[in-house]
Amino acid sequence: MKTLIFLLEKEFRQILRNRQILMTLLIAPLIQLILLPLAADYSVKNISLAVVDNDHSPFSQRLINKITASGHFRLTGYATSYPEALKMVEQDKADIALQIPIHFERDLVRENNKQLYIAINAIEGTKANLGGAYLASIIRNYNDDIRLRWQSATPSTPPQIEAVSSNWYNPLLNFKLYMVPAILVVLITAIAAMQSAFNIVQEKESGTIEQINVTPIKKHIFILGKMIPFLVLGIILFTLGLLVGWLFYGVVPVGSLLVLYASLIVYLFAMLGLGLLLATYSATQQQSMSLAFFFINIFNMMSGVFTAVDSMPGWAQTIVSTFPPSHFIKIMRMVVLKGSGFSDIAWPLTAMALIGLFLNTWAVLNYRKTS
Amino acid sequence: MPPVISTNQLTKRFGQFVAANELTFQVEKGEIFGFLGANGAGKTTAMRMLCGLSIPSSGKATVAGFDVYTQTEKIKQNIGYMSQKFSLYDDLTVAENIRFYAGIYGMSKQAIKAKTTELLQELQLEKEAKTLVKALPLGWKQKLAFSVAIVHNPDIVFLDEPTGGVDPVTRRQFWDLIYAASDKGVTVFVTTHYMDEAEYCNRVSIMVDGVIAALDSPANLKQQFNAANMEDVFYELARNAKRKAD
Repeated sequence: MKTLIFLLEKEFRQILRNRQILMTLLIAPLIQLILLPLAADYSVKNISLAVVDNDHSPFSQRLINKITASGHFRLTGYATSYPEALKMVEQDKADIALQIPIHFERDLVRENNKQLYIAINAIEGTKANLGGAYLASIIRNYNDDIRLRWQSATPSTPPQIEAVSSNWYNPLLNFKLYMVPAILVVLITAIAAMQSAFNIVQEKESGTIEQINVTPIKKHIFILGKMIPFLVLGIILFTLGLLVGWLFYGVVPVGSLLVLYASLIVYLFAMLGLGLLLATYSATQQQSMSLAFFFINIFNMMSGVFTAVDSMPGWAQTIVSTFPPSHFIKIMRMVVLKGSGFSDIAWPLTAMALIGLFLNTWAVLNYRKTS
Repeated sequence: MPPVISTNQLTKRFGQFVAANELTFQVEKGEIFGFLGANGAGKTTAMRMLCGLSIPSSGKATVAGFDVYTQTEKIKQNIGYMSQKFSLYDDLTVAENIRFYAGIYGMSKQAIKAKTTELLQELQLEKEAKTLVKALPLGWKQKLAFSVAIVHNPDIVFLDEPTGGVDPVTRRQFWDLIYAASDKGVTVFVTTHYMDEAEYCNRVSIMVDGVIAALDSPANLKQQFNAANMEDVFYELARNAKRKAD
């Protein structure tokens, strides 16, 4: 116990003395937290639209007005022919080309039916998908409007079922509310898994670990001495992150802070275990960096930060369930958005604890004072 | 009194390679024991086995009365070690380094305080107590590293090329520290490439290709090999070495 205090004293001295590390540990993640949610917004704006209006009727004009008035689209130009519009798509001047055929108004009135042509540049999948969906919904809306106006004249319109949804937990579908907690997890992950590994490997590189290994210090005490400082730093960073989320994005956790912090500690336990494990397999900081990058990249892309884990194939979901960040991201969103309590997050919390136990045991077994 | 270090056919293999082959020797309490050999002869391997950092492949050895296979943690309580690589923390001050190492050997706060003052005085580093170790000249660092290695008054201290790259004046001062420790009853086990330093030892062993080729006092060795100095003794033994430097 006394030994542990001397170890901690030394670790904190070293960390606090190294300004650059302190900046990387605390300031850099906060800047990221301020900037990244701006990019992680799925609502698509500024979709460029090229229109080929072959009808030039009040109806076609009204449709175009309706589309541009939605706020999602920017009319980049009129083309006189479909090939011309397609060329604009090719040249990246338009994301979507809308062709209104000749006799659009006449046929719609007379035959109650007319087709429109939409060509979408699908290179950027999300934008194309959502843009197409927005456009389709505007056109449907436009169609409904016309029909409503005609209803008295043509009472035989078939009845339609309309589903009305209300958005729970995030009524305005504010993506930042959804992204800020997850991005905070990403940043904590980097600190916990990477910096703890670097710290230990640095002692290997400088040779001081050999000196430690020749002292009667117990393995688990040494490891605790390495983990506790990063646990404390992780908690500080998390607290600052919550403050940034509140100040910049108005994200206030609905659930209890106790649940959040308890989960954080379990998460840090797991990720520090990973850092430790990476350190036991690395002889140089470069090696540990490559290993850490490998895992962190996979974690960031697969743990549900950007895309839902539920839409992955079953086997991929099984793999993801062994990633601690996937559980903590889930917990964060549940607690911050829904106000979930311990009983609601029991499973992801238990999973993290088990993974943590596994990683730490592996690391301790693999860390040898003797070769 | 039983020897503080006793080995019997101590061997370390790495796969096919026999780094240290059947080493058998004893070191008495308070002795300054020089452990010589060309680069790659197996000195560091042997020393690491004695420090409990490396488990032997075969043979027997005890250090401070403890077995090198089963009692490595006990050994660690009773030895000091100064590795070839620099062993102090560059980003801690002189006083903080002393405090840290004394602390992890379980010394009390008062004892650490007293020891720090004593060491700083001995090394004439009082003014540098708050200087970061990285700012010290190499010679001072090495002297400090030695003092830190024996901060807990161990029975034995292992020094792996402690004076490599150090100027002759500082090397002399370093050996004054070794003598002072030896006078207090600390056994000193030291490897070196400086043959003048070999002359300072009570006894010297010379390793060639993983085996001990000679072991005696410097005077006896010179007589045995009919050499004027230890340099010639070493050359006589090591020139036939087959292993290349590591």
